[in-house]
Amino acid sequence: MQTKKIKWTRILLEAAFLVVLFSLVQYSISTHMLSQYYQINLTSMCINIILAVSLSLINGFTGQLSLGHAGFMAVGAYTAVIMTTKLDYPFLAALVGALFAAGLAGFVIGVPTLRLKGDYLAIATLALGEIIRVVLQNIDYVNGPAGISGIPKLTTWAWLFGGVVLTLLVVVNLVNSSYGRAIISVREDEIAAELMGINTTKYKVLAFVIGAGFAGLAGALYGHYFYIIKPETFNFLKSFDILVMVVLGGLGSTTGAVIAAIFITILTAALQPFPEIRMIIYALILIVVMIYRPQGLMGNKEFSRQTLGRIWGGRQ
Amino acid sequence: MTMLTINKLHKAFGGLSAVMNFNFQMEQDELVGLIGPNGAGKTTVFNLITGVYKPDQGQIIFEGQNLVGMAPYSICAQGVARTFQNIRLFNELSVLDNVKIACHKNVQYSVLGALMRTPAFFKGEAKIEQDALKFLEVFKLENKRDELAKNLPYGEQRRLEISRALATQPRLLILDEPAAGMNPQETNSLMKLIEMIRREFGLAVLLIEHDMSLVMGVCERIYVLDYGLIIAKGLPQEIRNYTQVIEAYLGEELN
Ligand SMILES: Nc1ncnc2c1ncn2[C@@H]1O[C@H](COP(=O)(O)OP(=O)(O)O)[C@@H](O)[C@H]1O
Ligand SMILES: [Mg+2]
Repeated sequence: MQTKKIKWTRILLEAAFLVVLFSLVQYSISTHMLSQYYQINLTSMCINIILAVSLSLINGFTGQLSLGHAGFMAVGAYTAVIMTTKLDYPFLAALVGALFAAGLAGFVIGVPTLRLKGDYLAIATLALGEIIRVVLQNIDYVNGPAGISGIPKLTTWAWLFGGVVLTLLVVVNLVNSSYGRAIISVREDEIAAELMGINTTKYKVLAFVIGAGFAGLAGALYGHYFYIIKPETFNFLKSFDILVMVVLGGLGSTTGAVIAAIFITILTAALQPFPEIRMIIYALILIVVMIYRPQGLMGNKEFSRQTLGRIWGGRQ
Repeated sequence: MTMLTINKLHKAFGGLSAVMNFNFQMEQDELVGLIGPNGAGKTTVFNLITGVYKPDQGQIIFEGQNLVGMAPYSICAQGVARTFQNIRLFNELSVLDNVKIACHKNVQYSVLGALMRTPAFFKGEAKIEQDALKFLEVFKLENKRDELAKNLPYGEQRRLEISRALATQPRLLILDEPAAGMNPQETNSLMKLIEMIRREFGLAVLLIEHDMSLVMGVCERIYVLDYGLIIAKGLPQEIRNYTQVIEAYLGEELN
C-alpha cells in the first residue's frame, strides 16, 4: 500500500535524523570539541526540555495549573540517588525507579488535589511541592538541608538524549490519541467533557501522573550530573522556572515547550554572572509575552511534519 | 416499555425551589417536550437527569437503574446524552475532534497501545474517525470537519452539538432549546432532522423548546413546568386548550 510505504519511509527518515543528531553530539563530546561549559549547558537544556514537556502535559494540555513540578523532580532525584549511592542499583534501574516514584507521588498528590479548580489547585500543588522539600530537609538519611553529595556522574549524553526522546515520544503519542483528546477536552470544557462520557478525574490524574513521572526522570538525570542534590534546589522558584517555559512556549504546544526550554537555558547561561537580575528578566519577558503574544510563542500549534513538508514545498 | 421514570424530584438553590415534586414518565421511543416560561426549572431538570446537579430528593430511574448519585460520565455511559441551552462545544478544537471526543467512551485500544503505536491503535483510530464522520454526515457537517468549532455559524454549532451528543450512542437524547436563535426555516429543518434521527437511531428524545408551534408540531406528549411545578401534561392538543398554560406561557408569548 502506498500510504504504508510513505509511513515507513518517514519513520526511517526520522530515526536516521535522530541517529545523526546523537552521533554528531557524541562525537564532539568524545573528541573534546564541545567544551565542559557547553556540555553543562547541553545537560541543563535536555533536563529543562524534559521538565517543560512533562509540565506542558499537565498545564498546557489538561489545563490544570500545577505549581509543584519541582517537588516531583525532587522525588525522582532523591529516589535515583539513593538507589545508586546507597543501594547499589544500576543507573537504568535508578532512572526507572525515579520515574515510578515520582509518578506515584503524582498519583497520591493528584487524586485529592485535582478535584480543586484553578487557583485552589495552584495553591495546593504549590504547598505540596514545598512540603516535599521540607520533608526532605528533615530526613537524616538524606542529610537534611545539606543534601547528598559525591554522587557519581552517571548521566551521559546518551542517557540525556534517550530521556528527551522518550519524554517526547510518550507525550506526543499520548496527546495524539483518543486519550489525548479526552485530556484536551478537560481543558476545553470540563463539564461538557464529562457529559460526553469522559471520566475527567481519571484523565486529569493520568496526565498528572505521567507529567510527574517524567519530572522525576529529569530529577534523576540532574542528580547524577551535578554531583550534589539538596532540598533547596527543588523549591518553588524551580517550579516557577518550569512554568515560565511552558507559558512562554504556548499552553498546549509540545514544540513550544521545547523551544522555550532551549531559550530559557541559553538565557540562564548568559545571565550566569548576574543571578539576581535573572528573575527580573524572566518577569519582564513574561509580561512582554503576555501583552504581545498571550497565547505564547507557538499558541497551541505544533511544528509538525506537515509544517516541515509545507516549508520544503512538498505536500503530503 | 418505560424508559425513564422520575419520582418526586426536588431541587432547591438556597431558598429557591427550582424543581418541586417533579414526576415524569417516558416510553422507549417517545418524543416528549418540556415547556414553561423562563426560570421555570426546565434546564434544572436536565441537569438533574444528567448528573450535573444532585437532587435534594427523588429518584431518576433510567432503564431500571437509579441515576441519582452517578457521575455525569457514567450517566452518559448508561445511554443518556444531551446538548446545552448555551452551546458548549470544544471551541478551540476541530469539528471532527469534537465528535471524536464523544466517541472516546468506546475506544478500542489502551493507553499503552497509544504510546507504543500498536496496530490496535491505528485500527481503533480509523474506527473512531469513521464513526465520527458518520455522525457529521447526518448533519451535513462533513465538509467542515477541519474547521474550528468556534468558527462555525450559529446554526451549525447547534447541529454539531447534537451530532456530538449522538456520537456517544445514547438511547435517550436530551435537547435543551435546540432551536434557540434559529430562524423559522432553520427551526423547521432541524425538527425534521430530529424526527429523522429518532427513527434512524431508535432514540427517545426529550426536548425543551420555546417555539410553541414547533413543540406542538413535533412532540407526542408535553409537560408544562411553572415555578418548579408541573402544571399540566398531555397531548399537544390538550395542552393547547389548557387555560393555566395559556396564562403561564402562551399568554406571555402572544401578548
Ligand atoms: N446553579 C444555580 N444556582 C442558583 N440558582 C439556579 C441555578 N441554576 C438554576 N437556578 C435557578 O433555578 C431556577 C430555574 O432555572 P432554570 O432551570 O435554568 O430555568 P429554565 O431552564 O426553565 O429557564 C431559576 O430561578 C434559576 O435562577
Ligand atoms: Mg433553560
